[in-house]
Amino acid sequence: MDFNFTEEQTMIRDSLSRLIREQYDFDTRRKVVASKDGWRPEMWAQFAELGLLMAPFSEEDGGLGGGPIDAMVVMEEFGKGLVVEPYLPSVVCGGGFLKRGSDAQKAEYLGGIMSGEAIFAFAYAEPRGRYNMADLETTAKKDGSGFVLNGHKAVVIGAPWATHFVVTARTSGDRRDANGVTVFVVAKDAKGVSTRDYPTVDGRRASEVYFENVAVSADAVIGEVDNGLPLVELVTDEAIAALCAEACGAMKVAHSMTVEYSRNRKQFGTAIGKFQVLQHRMVDMFMEHEQSVSMTYMATLKLDEDEVTRKKAASAAKVRIGQGGRYVGQQAIQIHGGMGMTDEMAVGHYFKRLTMIDAEFGNVDHHLKRYTELSAVDVPMAAE
Amino acid sequence: MNLEFSPEEIAFRDEVRAFINENYPKELAGVGTREDLTREQFLAWHKILGKKGWSAAAWPKKYGGTGWTSTQRYIWSEENARVDAIMPLPFGMAMVAPVIYTFGTEEQKEKYLPGILSGDVWWCQGYSEPGAGSDLASVKTTAVRDGDEWVINGQKTWTTLAQFADWGFFLCRTDPTAAKPQEGISFILIDMKTPGVEVRPIKLLDGGHEVNEVWLTDVRVPVENLVGKENEGWTCAKFLLAHERSGIAGVARSKRGVEKLRSIASTELVDGEPLIQTNDFARKISQLEIDLTALEFTELRTLAAESAGKGPGPESSILKIKGTEIQQRLTELTLEAVGNYAEPYTAGMESDGSNELGVGPDHSHFVAETYFNMRKTSIYGGSNEIQRGIISKMILGL
Repeated sequence: MDFNFTEEQTMIRDSLSRLIREQYDFDTRRKVVASKDGWRPEMWAQFAELGLLMAPFSEEDGGLGGGPIDAMVVMEEFGKGLVVEPYLPSVVCGGGFLKRGSDAQKAEYLGGIMSGEAIFAFAYAEPRGRYNMADLETTAKKDGSGFVLNGHKAVVIGAPWATHFVVTARTSGDRRDANGVTVFVVAKDAKGVSTRDYPTVDGRRASEVYFENVAVSADAVIGEVDNGLPLVELVTDEAIAALCAEACGAMKVAHSMTVEYSRNRKQFGTAIGKFQVLQHRMVDMFMEHEQSVSMTYMATLKLDEDEVTRKKAASAAKVRIGQGGRYVGQQAIQIHGGMGMTDEMAVGHYFKRLTMIDAEFGNVDHHLKRYTELSAVDVPMAAE
Repeated sequence: MNLEFSPEEIAFRDEVRAFINENYPKELAGVGTREDLTREQFLAWHKILGKKGWSAAAWPKKYGGTGWTSTQRYIWSEENARVDAIMPLPFGMAMVAPVIYTFGTEEQKEKYLPGILSGDVWWCQGYSEPGAGSDLASVKTTAVRDGDEWVINGQKTWTTLAQFADWGFFLCRTDPTAAKPQEGISFILIDMKTPGVEVRPIKLLDGGHEVNEVWLTDVRVPVENLVGKENEGWTCAKFLLAHERSGIAGVARSKRGVEKLRSIASTELVDGEPLIQTNDFARKISQLEIDLTALEFTELRTLAAESAGKGPGPESSILKIKGTEIQQRLTELTLEAVGNYAEPYTAGMESDGSNELGVGPDHSHFVAETYFNMRKTSIYGGSNEIQRGIISKMILGL
């Protein structure tokens, strides 16, 4: 057992942390978020230059030979800086699918993901599917050697900036069947793809994505036709681990901002941080953050274990981070008082991000249910 | 970063498991953590481990400890929890011994450590007083120097299992004029057979006799029973509490408790279906298990930091708070799980002449008593509110 970071991982953390401090301060971020495009391609290029986009890929695939722990390091720093650029959709999700694709797909797409020229978004959610990855109304019908896609994907994070989508669609079976799910790679400029772009409440950009008779070739299938769900679940668990790391970074900053504020804010002639009721609450926030870090390590380190262990670990982490993030976020606002409610204070923006993290890839209730179902073992015959 | 055990660690686990299977006393299997054990039952496994050289898992090697790594100690707790082993009690092993080998003289180390290792000498903790609970620094028990002796007077309370103790370690005020309450306290060892030491039982709400009052009336002990410097006993006291806290998480035991809870909830029926198949209860167990996982990995991170050379610091307060909260929730859910049969008071029942214990299913016995008893955990060792105060001050700097 070892909880140390490698030299490379420490280097990534340090250089990314410096870059964010120097070029991603809160005021700059506010301007970027409010700008027309809502992100900075030149920042993305800098991330690529630092090697962040290559870090979690194997050397064989042209990466730096890291893995999920490297993504965890990056995402935690992104969380601290409330970075909006699409690392999770493009590198963790897009890259996660394509590094498990065919040799031709790897050759075609991985280089672009790692250089930052290609940007992926993961179109999985649907208006009526909630968090069930198999609850799909989007269809892909066989047409000659290829497929034709029709459907509506909901809240596709990063889609306005994307060049490509990874899309889940039903190729056979009934609406929620585990079998019959297929994963496709689709260029955003393919004929029949349209989007409605919008900002999210936490400062990112997303789209509703519509597929209308979008024809793709058989080469567009990632993995096996009809048997895409296990791959979707695997990549989703990786995304959950990365998202948990982002939440840890955001919780850490929200907590330390709150402690700092309580030292300076005076009421009744004394710093409010001297009040025991607030001290204990800030300790509870601290413990929530520490435990979230522990759960993020746990889920990340268990990604390569057997399927049930991996899924339980990801769900357990998502439950704990959802609960911890909500507590830290809400209490950070409460302790900041009226100031916490203002747009000009950064703390509210951390609160918003933490809140939305719970809503992504399954919230607390979803993952508590999933964890419980995965824990159900054969119950011994009850006594008569 | 990785979670894998090395081949050496796997070999260690197998060795430990085999040793426990072969040597753990059969008559104590499944007796678990109930407090109404005899002195011999409490010490049986400790003595076997003492002979093997494995009683002090966390001590440095040069004092007779195992010198195990944090991973080995993790494996050790897990393996012992598999059989619900009655482990060496903390008072000697985890409390006074680290103080003695850290602050004591060579003579003290030679005199006291072997009896703790072997399990021959039972220690108790003389910290709390009727007027000094969470505010431990306000202890009033006095030790006055008279020639080559300390003369000690006062009253200690909540002294766990003092009825079995051979020795005790006591916080005594040696300088009543000190500027701050923390100053002027000394850490003194007392042979419990010394004239003037009187142990009076306190019956707890669960019906058990676990704690005592210890009255000290003109108790005379040699001056060399002082550990560390005179008037600097608070340093020892704080050091001890940090050590106590880090072992207090009880992760392995709680994991075993969750397994038992699952098995109970699999046989208890609700409308003819196993309780564990009801959504409400199943999700309560899941939440508990998830929180326990968070604690487990927080402890592993702490252990890793410890073996990298950082002693147990204020971070161990997290382990105390979360560990005890989980122990309490576990007993609470177990109480809920057994339903009606939580009610019979097994210890208060007259025997019906058979060897059967109590009424209702075996798994329901002592469940309520254990639930009541475990409320102590968030109070002892520095209440959980005190722990929050420590984190607030030492980590958050408030």
